[in-house]
Amino acid sequence: MLELRDLRVAYGRTEVVHGVDVVVPRDGIAVVLGHNGAGKTTLLRAAVGMLKPRSGSVLLDGEDVTRLRPHQRVRRGLAYVPQGQQSFPQLTTAENLQLVADGRRDGRERTDEALDLFPALRGLLARRAGLLSGGQRQQLAIARALITGPRVLVLDEPTEGIQPSVVTEIQDAILALARRGGLSVLLVEQHVGFALSAATTYYVMESGRVTGTGDGGSASADAVRSVMAF
Amino acid sequence: MDAVLGQLYAGLSLGSVLLLIALGLTLTFGQMGVINMAHGEFLMAGAYTTYVVQQVVGGAGLSLLIALPLAFLVGGLLGVLLETTLISRLYSRPLDTLLVTWGVALVLQQLARDVFGAPAVEVRTPEWLKGNVDLFGAPFTKGRLFILGLALTAVLVLGVVLRYTALGRRIRAVVQSRGLAETSGIDTRATDRLTFFIGSGLAGIAGVALTLIASTQPYMGQTYIVDAFLVVVAGGVGRVRGAVLMAFGLGVLQATFAYSQSVSTAKVLLLICVIAFLQVRPQGLFSVKSRSLV
Repeated sequence: MLELRDLRVAYGRTEVVHGVDVVVPRDGIAVVLGHNGAGKTTLLRAAVGMLKPRSGSVLLDGEDVTRLRPHQRVRRGLAYVPQGQQSFPQLTTAENLQLVADGRRDGRERTDEALDLFPALRGLLARRAGLLSGGQRQQLAIARALITGPRVLVLDEPTEGIQPSVVTEIQDAILALARRGGLSVLLVEQHVGFALSAATTYYVMESGRVTGTGDGGSASADAVRSVMAF
Repeated sequence: MDAVLGQLYAGLSLGSVLLLIALGLTLTFGQMGVINMAHGEFLMAGAYTTYVVQQVVGGAGLSLLIALPLAFLVGGLLGVLLETTLISRLYSRPLDTLLVTWGVALVLQQLARDVFGAPAVEVRTPEWLKGNVDLFGAPFTKGRLFILGLALTAVLVLGVVLRYTALGRRIRAVVQSRGLAETSGIDTRATDRLTFFIGSGLAGIAGVALTLIASTQPYMGQTYIVDAFLVVVAGGVGRVRGAVLMAFGLGVLQATFAYSQSVSTAKVLLLICVIAFLQVRPQGLFSVKSRSLV
């Protein structure tokens, strides 16, 4: 379980996240919705340690990890798939996966599991990641995160800018992971319909604050869109 | 024909020295963007390591073989010490780093003066590296051939480490995206330290090699450091392949100019060539959108 408590994050003097509380339930999916510039990505970057919060805390299964560096949080089970289909472009697909499997006793099994989830990657193992399509790179990014053996997976707009057929594959994979158990997901997503269907709980953010929250199943996309003033 | 081969050999020899020095810079400058002006002094430390080992062991041949790994260790540890105490506090401040490492270079030069004296110390060349071998009808000194072999071996070993080992994957990943590497569970600070260790250790090995062809004195690092940076920048920052080609290219070019001109004029002509080349190709010989080491 991941808890963000009263998190305040600033760039220099400008505070962009103003005391946000988010709870990602055990084996559940918490979705954060909001317009561009609402502070969603900043919130996630603070959760994984890429940004130091001005105040507040990040708890992973009750342990305060606020002062830990990102790689230390990964080792404690907090994996992150950043926005923009990021991979190591000059490394091959196989090397991208091997990189995170290195030093893990279950590295090979986890790599196989991740490739089972995205079988298209098996045929691309020798190709440099920089030559993959956006959808393939995103699948690679999620596979890489899964090999680290996460308890909580943080995904920042995993379907943004990706062709529709691959969007469905990625959405299906996220749902399959959540159903498998043992994994909680914190998801920032622009596709409101999918987000609400997947969500255990949802949060709407505006101007760095949570302005609405509820259970995923109970909310209609239209109601949430109205809160977000779409 | 002999004259052409002679100049080519002189160029290859100079190129192999530049390559040994530039390889370390390719790692530290390429991965971390650190302009380490004390890199030349790590080389000097490697050369003095050879001298000290020779004083202790006696035999020049055995000393050389012991000095190679030891100089790697000495250079590497000096590098880690510098990285941990100063450079790690100056990331994203390249000009400050340049000034601070230049200051460290001066301190190390003075330290060498205090310990070993200002005049050059004598490092004996092993018997088996004295004299020439005949290559295609032109003489090539055994010492310079040894350096060429050492440089090519260093390139090969570094290439294998970068391409096929977990450490190599980590180094390449950090070069390409530090933030993504950190969020993929890689301790980028530890990787930085290891990279600095290897890069500085290579400078130590270069120092051992230089004892065969140059005098061992406190300022020897300064002679080569600017040329080594030229190799790294013109080869494409962070590109081992670029460093190899540019080291031998610049070495042969300088030897060619030196055939018909004075050494100073040859150096000026070489600099003009590099400046003209960087005007046309500011990214260097090889480049990718993200910096890469292979």
